[in-house]
Amino acid sequence: MLDAEVRVTPEIAREHGLTAEEYSRVRAILGREPNLTELGIFSVMWSEHCSYKSSKVHLARLPTRAPQVLEGPGENAGVVDIGDGLAAVFKIESHNHPSYVEPFQGAATGVGGILRDIFTMGARPIAVLDALRFGPIVAAADASRNRRILDGVVSGIAFYGNCFGVPTVGGEVGFESCYATNPLVNVLALGIARKDELFLARARGAGNPVIYVGAKTGRDGIHGASLLASAEFSEESQQKRPNVQVGDPFLEKLLLEACLEAMQTGVIVAIQDMGAAGLTCSTSEMASRGGTGMEIELNRVPQRETGMTPYEIMLSESQERMLLVAKRGRERQVLDIFRKWGLDAVEIGRVTEDGLLRVRENGHMVAEIPAHSLAEEGPSYERPLAPLAEPQNQQRFTFAPEGKDLTECFLRLLASPAIASKRWIFEQYDHMVRTNTLVAPGAGDAAVLRVKGTRRALSLAVDGNGRWCWLDPRVGAMHAVAEAARNVASTGARPLAATNCLNFGNPEKPEVMWQFSEAVDGIAEACRALGTPMTGGNVSFYNETLGKSIYPTPTIGVLGLLDDASRALGMAFRGEGDALVLLDGYPPRPSPGDQAEEFSSSEYAKTIQGVVAGAPPAIDLAAEKRLIDGLVALAGEGLLRSAHDVSEGGLAVTLGECYFASGDLSADMSLEGQEPAEVALFGECGGRALVSVAREQLAPLRSIAAQYHLGTREVGRVTRGEFRIHYNGRTVVSAAAESLLGTWAEALERALETERAQT
Amino acid sequence: MRFGVVVFPGSNCDHDAYYAIGAVLGQPVEFIWHQSERVDGFDAVILPGGFAYGDYLRTGAIARFSPVMRGVERFARSGGLVLGICNGFQILLEAGLLPGAMLRNQGLRFICRHVYVRVETTRTPFTCAARPAQVLKLPIAHSEGNYFCDPATLLELEGHDQIVFRYTTPAGREDPAANANGSLANIAGISNREGNVVGLMPHPERASEAGLGSADGLVILRSMVESRVLRSSPVRVGERVPV
Repeated sequence: MLDAEVRVTPEIAREHGLTAEEYSRVRAILGREPNLTELGIFSVMWSEHCSYKSSKVHLARLPTRAPQVLEGPGENAGVVDIGDGLAAVFKIESHNHPSYVEPFQGAATGVGGILRDIFTMGARPIAVLDALRFGPIVAAADASRNRRILDGVVSGIAFYGNCFGVPTVGGEVGFESCYATNPLVNVLALGIARKDELFLARARGAGNPVIYVGAKTGRDGIHGASLLASAEFSEESQQKRPNVQVGDPFLEKLLLEACLEAMQTGVIVAIQDMGAAGLTCSTSEMASRGGTGMEIELNRVPQRETGMTPYEIMLSESQERMLLVAKRGRERQVLDIFRKWGLDAVEIGRVTEDGLLRVRENGHMVAEIPAHSLAEEGPSYERPLAPLAEPQNQQRFTFAPEGKDLTECFLRLLASPAIASKRWIFEQYDHMVRTNTLVAPGAGDAAVLRVKGTRRALSLAVDGNGRWCWLDPRVGAMHAVAEAARNVASTGARPLAATNCLNFGNPEKPEVMWQFSEAVDGIAEACRALGTPMTGGNVSFYNETLGKSIYPTPTIGVLGLLDDASRALGMAFRGEGDALVLLDGYPPRPSPGDQAEEFSSSEYAKTIQGVVAGAPPAIDLAAEKRLIDGLVALAGEGLLRSAHDVSEGGLAVTLGECYFASGDLSADMSLEGQEPAEVALFGECGGRALVSVAREQLAPLRSIAAQYHLGTREVGRVTRGEFRIHYNGRTVVSAAAESLLGTWAEALERALETERAQT
Repeated sequence: MRFGVVVFPGSNCDHDAYYAIGAVLGQPVEFIWHQSERVDGFDAVILPGGFAYGDYLRTGAIARFSPVMRGVERFARSGGLVLGICNGFQILLEAGLLPGAMLRNQGLRFICRHVYVRVETTRTPFTCAARPAQVLKLPIAHSEGNYFCDPATLLELEGHDQIVFRYTTPAGREDPAANANGSLANIAGISNREGNVVGLMPHPERASEAGLGSADGLVILRSMVESRVLRSSPVRVGERVPV
């Protein structure tokens, strides 16, 4: 079908996703027409997915430097100094399109890809988190299909992570109809390495052997990066299933152990995984970063199918493969280690001095391209921007009459998939393997993992709010950073650095590009204000099906550090009679004139009245910073017995979640204010955390909080009786604790297991 | 007491077992590579959790043919202590060192959560430090832990006190709801007739420090160490002595 003898024409170039200008640049770089293999190589390296051509100019605005950052964007993953001679290596990536085409394998290989990014740097992966978005799984025409997608994605993540032996310790799940035909699967992985034993993907030393290790190359995943990830979906997208790769977590586990063992020999000069764009990307990027060239012979590449053309071999995205450069004369040591683990390891070429990527097949040159041009000289666009027009139907939320019993609304909120317990999902993930998990899924605002051999622990959270970003991409993106950092701080950890996965629609549309630009500015501002530099991440454009875009959805991962692992905080209450204190980083808030404006963007408004309108809550980054610093200080002093930030569903849901995590302890909370009861209970303005404190610690808590200018309103106490919330002296929510727990704990399972019973 | 932890290429709880024995329990411990046929010089061998050779076929079906299992078999026959955890239990069943078989979990899903098991006998070297009927909080993490055997085998297991752990409520009551994977007779772990080979689905090594949510697994690991002391004394295994 694809023949090296085919003469490349502008039409063929266009079919490969290259524009006329891009194609003429290819010709200018080569000084001749490319052959088909070369065209394929250019098309993947210059695809949106690999070249960041639409996003580069914007991403440059993100803050990336800080003393704790050892490696920022540009390497396989970000690297942060965590003390004791150790480094945390972490990154988040999307696998959205493959997960729609084939949910199980799409999600599984998403996990596999990000894990390789981590251990390719010499770090052993110790945790995975996932940020997932699906269409509605109840009460929607397409609910059944959305449930199947969710089931496939969750099973795929479990299949890969559980076998590989990395705990999946947290994440978040959201449901909006815009994700029905374009689910989001963003996977974050974290690893730990010795600071002085990090590996980079920079090919050095002319004459050094280039060694291919891991799985054999097949025809799977050809053009995954360029055709799947860099174009929007149409009705024919299901036909792209052959473009999705197939994962083998056992092989990846072998690759992990073999790579880490080989790295101990001191023989490895450079190493990079073969992910998107496979052999093409790993050869050209390693050579380009090292300021060298590379020459490879394709008939030496292990292949699991016969008759593969150079084009297919260079573009295959078969999983579980790595490319490494070893020291000439000592390569035997490396090959022996891979053999011990039962893996293919073959010398396929060598590093050269002239900066060219040369690909031969049986000695004949089939491609010859400057490596730097492929990796660094791709196109870069300043695409036009245009603000999104205000949605026509801005139906606002109407508040309930004063005196209304809100228990029933509270129960409905607890039963909504966005709020309900995610136990059905996280119990399918092994979240304990490696015995580091101190705060497990559902037990705290962020996952906490101890670092064996030290007193320290790491805390990790991922957050995003597509609805808010749709209403205001800049403010919504700020909230995403603030919430992730706040979640980390709620476990007692100091936020250190961030990673991002930017999920957007078609960048060729000015409104999408505007959303992107605004979101990047919001992220940049928040990262600066909160002291969490951006260490890397990925951009996923073209999240559209039939011209309909998803909500702009930046997902932010924040990594934090606890100097004393024993101070790690969960959200569960610990003692009857403890005081409930609402910490607030914001100065006393004047009641805004239009209460409905902010409230119309809340989870409550959507669940109870189907309203999605207004604006996200106004954000004050200095106030967010005060809360974060205050939480870290209070936790460090050991004054808090539990902490949970206020987010989706407001203070009422925050209180409920603390109770659900607590076993037999309940709560009684009294609030006062001028605003409607619904705003007091379910409003989502930021900068707040609900903590429980032993009574005798109230005074020291107040004195430390005062140093950080935090509000400390005592709002109730931990009890053993009914769960109650009072507002201005009136009981507005009261329920037997078990009925609340049952509603919240079983809602997701009920929705998802019904499906199984019916099929 | 010298422990060996077998490393199959797909073991992923090998490091955890090694850490629990070495760093938490303070006992000497070494890894044993799956290609090694010799497991000499150890007092106890642990087959850890994981996916030995990928387990794409049936869990443990390939591992039973690995070189190290020949050594483990000889070791078991000579009276050495063998503890199979999760995938290790599955392998012991496939290797015929323990009777019965594993089915997929009742709900057909992987389950990772803390469960409660009741110690059914303290007459094994793995439970001699436990109180009779002591309830332990231990995590499970598997998709094939639904223990099954034929009625005759079940009678034998019961008759010879070979059922070591059963899934129960926190209060120690047998209850279908406490049996997360649907195991026959709530069986969570069994021993061979001699009592020196035990397999269980829950992970004691994951419950070896309070910070991890439970330290109850130490009862099992400590028992192994105590039994060694007991064996060299006239006291019978099963009669608890303070150590």
